Amino acid sequence: MGYQTTAEKINAIFSDLSKDYLIYAPKRFVGDGTFTYIDTIRYGEITDLAEIEFAEKSNYSFKEVLLPISETLFYFTENEMKEADAPKKGAIVFLRSCDLHGLKRMDTIYLENGGVDTYYKRLRDHTKFILMGCENSFENCFCVSMGTQTSEDYDAYLKVDGDNVLVDSRWDYLDAALAGATQAPVIADSVTANDTVVTIPETVPQTLFDDPFWEEYGNRCIACGRCNFVCPTCTCFTMQDIFYTDNGKAGERRRVWASCHVDGYTDMAGGHAFRNDKGQRMRFKVLHKVNDYKRRFGTHMCIGCGRCDDVCPEYISFANCINRLNTLVNDTVKEEN
Amino acid sequence: MLDLNTKKIKKNAYRVTKVRGETASRVRVPGGLLTAELLPLIQNIAETFGNGRIHLTTRQGFEIPGIKYTDMDAVNALLQPIIDKLEINQEIPGKGYTSAGTRNISACIGSNTCPFATYNTTNFAQKMEKEIFPNDLHFKVAFTGCANDCIKTRMHDFGIIGMTEPQYEKERCMGCQACVKACKKKSVDALSVENYRIVRNTEKCVGCGECVINCPTRAWTRSPVTYYRLVIMGRTGKRNPRLAEDFLVWATEDAIIKIIKNTYGFVNNYIDREAPGGKEHIGYIIDRTGFEEYKKWAMEGVELDPRTIVKGPVYWSGIHYDGK
Ligand code: HEM
Ligand code: HEM
Ligand code: SF4
Ligand code: SF4
Ligand code: SF4
Ligand code: SF4
Ligand code: SF4
Repeated sequence: MGYQTTAEKINAIFSDLSKDYLIYAPKRFVGDGTFTYIDTIRYGEITDLAEIEFAEKSNYSFKEVLLPISETLFYFTENEMKEADAPKKGAIVFLRSCDLHGLKRMDTIYLENGGVDTYYKRLRDHTKFILMGCENSFENCFCVSMGTQTSEDYDAYLKVDGDNVLVDSRWDYLDAALAGATQAPVIADSVTANDTVVTIPETVPQTLFDDPFWEEYGNRCIACGRCNFVCPTCTCFTMQDIFYTDNGKAGERRRVWASCHVDGYTDMAGGHAFRNDKGQRMRFKVLHKVNDYKRRFGTHMCIGCGRCDDVCPEYISFANCINRLNTLVNDTVKEEN
Repeated sequence: MLDLNTKKIKKNAYRVTKVRGETASRVRVPGGLLTAELLPLIQNIAETFGNGRIHLTTRQGFEIPGIKYTDMDAVNALLQPIIDKLEINQEIPGKGYTSAGTRNISACIGSNTCPFATYNTTNFAQKMEKEIFPNDLHFKVAFTGCANDCIKTRMHDFGIIGMTEPQYEKERCMGCQACVKACKKKSVDALSVENYRIVRNTEKCVGCGECVINCPTRAWTRSPVTYYRLVIMGRTGKRNPRLAEDFLVWATEDAIIKIIKNTYGFVNNYIDREAPGGKEHIGYIIDRTGFEEYKKWAMEGVELDPRTIVKGPVYWSGIHYDGK
């Protein structure tokens, strides 16, 4: 149901909701950036609509709400262990259409890829998603190429328009709370074109695995992992077992984000690491995003948010890499025929 | 027939040059940053009254040589819009720079451009210029964005080196160790890992911010306040060239301004009035009075942040050509 209401009303509803939910949205963290006097837009708790950064793309995605950068799974002593308590409250997450598609990728990995991840599920089951519209494409976005520029899978859509707030609700609670507000048809803002357009090769021949194409990236990439950490669809984690220093027999297990670009990702027992070359790491990431994942799950992993291109300190463009790869694949296929 | 008061000329930022009848005008550019629109004005002075050439000084000013002493008033008139635009304190409008002793305040490019800078060096330099210029006493002050010290503050009477106090949010850290590697390879190896989390050795840390720059998840961020290392009494010269030594570490902007202003009082009190040209470097005065006496004057009424470390006694080394 569509409504026209006020920020004041929405903030009052937020205030009621805060009893059961933490509300997360992209916020401006002043001076928090890599360089001096540079802000970052990333997810944080909010209590007021005014805190939400609607005008810019967030540098980091919403994924840290459902998959914290560092999360204690359980505590152990000599003979016993106790799972970390689930968060007391559910979560409400403001996000854009591409990220909402990213959520599906996370669900696929954590709920539908064999086992169900209880830590993910217990928060996911209590999370509501509020769509933020996109009036214009941001720099480096290629959602249209990935087909993620619109999404219907939201609990509500919300747009602040001066003093008015437009809401499209698919959530009973919100419908009840907005009873009496002016009803109006509300359609989510979305873009129909991006400056960045990518063409993804249908299949990538195995022969390109060791192609010199990747070497250039090997010389450029510094293995910082930023492209993975900002990505809403990178879901890799690793484990850290901590033994408390005062009592070496008790401790906890944490899971933390991992990145296939960063050293250590392929380290095995005994110390062998099997993907040291950074060009090969690039190949692994790129093909995971736009090849392997699709073969297994039917959709591409990448949702085209362009954050990896926004963040790479070495100006490596993932989008351009896909397009270059596409040309290479076409040339290779032609040669083989 | 030229009849000149060379003392007045020098005070007016004109040089008595080796070429009989010709002077050179020194244009101050505090913080080393100017808008391009001023360049044609400088060009015009050089082409109209100078010999068409411009020298870029080490202190980030312009020196316009080949000016006739008789044209100084005309040049002063042309300097006025530059002085206005750069907001230089001026005692008598239209008369050019009314002091030259306290030199142009220099600064590295700083946070406007440089990824390592911890603050806006130009802004602080301009602020300092407003606080201490014009003044006839010989002071050299420079600002640099980080411990790389690109402006070479350690060759100055006062060098201000930016520092950030890294803030660690452990819940945002996944242990990639990019910070540890950066600190070890590019800085002072102040970070170590304990139970997959990062421990910062606060005694070692120089506040360069490499950890912040290299952290991919914003686990390390900058302190809201910028701190500074104040290094003092570096110098070049004939007798005892030496690098400036640390005086304050993790100092605030206010403390630094106050200390430098206090130093003018100290110099006024102790300067050797018989010195040639009435000019004596602060460092040599401190060598005479002893550091503790200087410190007493410098710290008068200075409010320190609890983080600030005050060094003392400070010793300088350098090369002694004076047999002392
Ligand atoms: C040339 C010999 C081998 C190589 C190069 C190799 C390589 C690997 C690699 C790359 C992994 C994945 C590590 C990861 O996902 O982090 C792995 C996992 C594993 N390997 Fe091997 N391996 C070899 C031989 C063996 C042998 C002989 C055995 C058992 C007799 C074995 C048992 C396992 C097991 C149990 C795993 C763990 C699977 C899991 O993570 O769920 N491997 N190995
Ligand atoms: C009940 C018995 C076992 C269980 C439940 C088990 C479970 C696991 C699991 C969960 C991993 C993946 C760890 C990770 O992802 O980091 C793993 C890795 C591995 N396991 Fe086992 N394992 C068992 C027995 C064994 C035995 C008997 C061997 C060898 C004779 C073995 C060799 C390996 C190796 C080589 C790896 C790969 C290590 C690496 O990737 O660095 N496991 N195992
Ligand atoms: S790979 Fe890049 S563009 Fe694709 S979802 Fe991840 S961050 Fe966004
Ligand atoms: S791209 Fe790398 S880090 Fe991201 S999900 Fe795939 S393997 Fe994991
Ligand atoms: S952000 Fe760029 S440099 Fe860093 S790992 Fe990714 S591709 Fe490499
Ligand atoms: S600020 Fe510099 S010296 Fe201090 S911990 Fe970070 S990298 Fe190391
Ligand atoms: S760089 Fe950041 S995430 Fe990596 S270990 Fe250091 S603080 Fe943690």
